[in-house]
Amino acid sequence: MVTVLYFARLREALGTASEQLALPESVIDLAGLRQALVGRGGAWAQELAEMNRVRAAVNQEMASADTPVNDGDEVAFFPPVTGG
Amino acid sequence: MTVRIQTEDFDVGAETAAMRKDNPSIGAIASFVGVVRDMNEGDAVSEMTLEHYPRMTERSIEQIIGQARARWNVIDALVVHRVGVLKPTDQIVLVVIASAHRGDAFAACEFVMDYLKTQAPFWKKERTRQGSRWVDARGADDVAAERWQLKGR
Repeated sequence: MVTVLYFARLREALGTASEQLALPESVIDLAGLRQALVGRGGAWAQELAEMNRVRAAVNQEMASADTPVNDGDEVAFFPPVTGG
Repeated sequence: MTVRIQTEDFDVGAETAAMRKDNPSIGAIASFVGVVRDMNEGDAVSEMTLEHYPRMTERSIEQIIGQARARWNVIDALVVHRVGVLKPTDQIVLVVIASAHRGDAFAACEFVMDYLKTQAPFWKKERTRQGSRWVDARGADDVAAERWQLKGR
């Protein structure tokens, strides 16, 4: 299982802040996990398909498409940050 | 080195006084305060709500301070970032850097702020007359952070 967190615009559009997900065997990295979520269609496809509108972290470190995702990881998807 | 995420306001004078107390090696303190503006993208903003990713926020700011310490003489550093509901004229963020000399304090303070804008997981939602909207990231902030990669030490 992985914990997947959603923040800000994504949290609102997807209607969830977090979920526990059984990793499909084919998923080895962030790109694969994102593709699996896009496959749900609807708001998931709309919010997660365009990668330039979405950032991600694995275990609380900024991550890129080829960052490995393993059982027990905490993955987060969110819009580009706007603090300060 | 201290990083605090809080809903409460902060007092710049009290924070800098606490930093220089008992530390006579400090010769310069640079501070930056970010404040909520009443206008954004041409619309009046009545209120804004700041959301963050707990733990990752603190970690990412600690890493940014670590990078600043590797480049400049930094005796002490403090970042305070508020979350929750804020109104125009409210303080949002405080960066304080103490160094032996002003050059390091100014540079490290600006570096930490520029990197915080593009790396630390905070998101702003603002309320205007048209309703609430998430603030989009600005390309200008990426440019501000990237220029530190070009500058010599």
